[in-house]
Amino acid sequence: MTDNKIPTTTPRQSATFSADVNSDIRRAAATGIYDIRGGGAKRKVPSFDDLLFMGASISRYPLEGYREKCETSVTIGGLHASNPIELDIPITIAGMSFGALSGPAKEALGRGASMAGTSTTTGDGGMTQEERGHSDKLVYQYLPSRYGMNPDDLRKADAIEIVVGQGAKPGGGGMLLGQKISDRVAHMRNLPKGIDQRSACRHPDWTGPDDLEIKILELREITGWKVPIYVKVAGARPYYDVTLAIKAGADAIVLDGMQGGTAATQDVFIEHVGQPTLAIIRPAVQALQDLGMHRKVQLILSGGIRSGADVAKAMALGADAVAIGTAALIALGDNDPKYEAEYNKLGTTAGAYDDWHEGRDPAGITTQDPELMARFDPIEGGRRLRNYLKVMTLEAQTIARACGKNHLHNLEPEDLVALTMEAAAMAKVPLCGTDWYPGKPGTGY
Amino acid sequence: MQTIDLSELGLREVNKMLHAQAADTNQTSWTIENAKGSHAIACGLDAPIEVTVKGSTGYYCGGMNQQATINIDGSAGPGTGENIMSGKIVIEGDASQYLGATGHGGLIVVKGNASSRCGISMKGVNIVVQGNIGHMSAFMGQSGNLVVCGDAGEALGDSCYEARFFVRGSVKSLGADCEKKEMRPEHIEILQGLLDEAGFDADPSEFTRYGSARTLYNFDVDNAGAY
Repeated sequence: MTDNKIPTTTPRQSATFSADVNSDIRRAAATGIYDIRGGGAKRKVPSFDDLLFMGASISRYPLEGYREKCETSVTIGGLHASNPIELDIPITIAGMSFGALSGPAKEALGRGASMAGTSTTTGDGGMTQEERGHSDKLVYQYLPSRYGMNPDDLRKADAIEIVVGQGAKPGGGGMLLGQKISDRVAHMRNLPKGIDQRSACRHPDWTGPDDLEIKILELREITGWKVPIYVKVAGARPYYDVTLAIKAGADAIVLDGMQGGTAATQDVFIEHVGQPTLAIIRPAVQALQDLGMHRKVQLILSGGIRSGADVAKAMALGADAVAIGTAALIALGDNDPKYEAEYNKLGTTAGAYDDWHEGRDPAGITTQDPELMARFDPIEGGRRLRNYLKVMTLEAQTIARACGKNHLHNLEPEDLVALTMEAAAMAKVPLCGTDWYPGKPGTGY
Repeated sequence: MQTIDLSELGLREVNKMLHAQAADTNQTSWTIENAKGSHAIACGLDAPIEVTVKGSTGYYCGGMNQQATINIDGSAGPGTGENIMSGKIVIEGDASQYLGATGHGGLIVVKGNASSRCGISMKGVNIVVQGNIGHMSAFMGQSGNLVVCGDAGEALGDSCYEARFFVRGSVKSLGADCEKKEMRPEHIEILQGLLDEAGFDADPSEFTRYGSARTLYNFDVDNAGAY
């Protein structure tokens, strides 16, 4: 008798209903709450990895790596401010709140940034002594919630950053969940301990570009026209947003793509609202150029900047500086595999931990828990950040010299090619091996 | 009494002069003429001086005020007294939207009406309005007191935290998580004190107190529609 077994197909998983998607559905069904997490977009998007520098050859000659200088300094905010910010390196530390981060973590950011000759930035929740004391140059964020906002701190700032939006959640406010509201955080925010602190998505006392112009006037009057006023916008409609910010009188624009992190917001917001950093820089630079303000109003690009190569690419496309947030936290020790066992206990793994809002960070950085905080040494953290900033700078200089540039600012789009059609279209640089990019004027496409 | 003409000196010079006054200045009384709706007049003051602005003001008059008393002898534009920390602002006429936004302390008195979003995100300031206030007032109000001798518009106290609202007249509607509260003796006392400080003759017992129902304090999916 022959075996008449009917062949069956192997079990086939759905691309639409993948294991990840199904786990999201099950979690939603069980809890009735959307997923809240920290960080920026985790999905793969066109990025600076899709660009390459061509380097020097016969048509361009390089600079000698160890003998010929490649400058890295940048001045931010000289247009209206009598005391612009002078930085040794064009890599700044992005705004992160005390509340989201521990006091010692903020101190470490100040220490590291100051040793590297750059600035750090406050966040939602106000200015702490640790941070002011350890930061040579401190940018004070002026946010919709105005938590901890007071004129004494405003006058202590080296620059003021009016936050209109951030890349992780253009058009969104924030929520610091009750478990991170210690006595100190609650006091600084004028709220009871232990309750969720909702941050508004719009400023309470102005709406639109005409009001913003008056708000900038008020801030300048209060600070005597001394310090630069930055305006931070998310990568939403970069051409128009940058145009309007310049019109309102900004000294500098901070432009944050969707890979830029947040302390906490809905996963759906992080992954589905906003544009990749690579996609927003050219429209922003175009807006500056159309108004004759490129290099007069500085452009600080952020959102997924990780290396000197990213810095060099951002600057070649027209940025004056970059800002790092998530990368700085990783340099401090966030998501370090040495805490793998503890990440496992939290149901995650090193590198993927993003429940910063829950305040149980094994690395002691995104927490207000005294025991966890004590694990983090701000002096060592500051040193690590300094090292990382130095390495990024050396990397960017290496690339700039290879392109024959004696200042990072001299990098230009003509130094770049793209690996993919998408990146070519976004960065407006030729696809490798061609002289063409989608949308190139005069090519009919 | 120092009298300065804004149209002659310009905003920068006027504010610079006021900012230069130290805590022990003898020049404690200032009059600013020809305000003509200019923005950011007398913002960022930090000295115990008294400034009277003749005419109506634009945006942010008295913004972030500390210590100073500012009298606006006219109506006041949007965001007047925003983020006030201490001191006092008295508006003879009406106040536009966002009056006293995010104010941390001090007192704002309006002899006319105040527009929408009065006391938005207030963090400790006291605001006393003789007339009516507009819609969405005290949105996300955290602390401090908002006293309204007339009526309040729609959605009073939406998403508020611990701020208190005392309204003598009608309230068109309450915002999410804002509810009517019992008027206890301590509230009568607070209210009487504020009315006295503002110089308004009104009977505290005629007022109703409103405040947070505290149902939105910690996220609950069953309240999702209210967020």
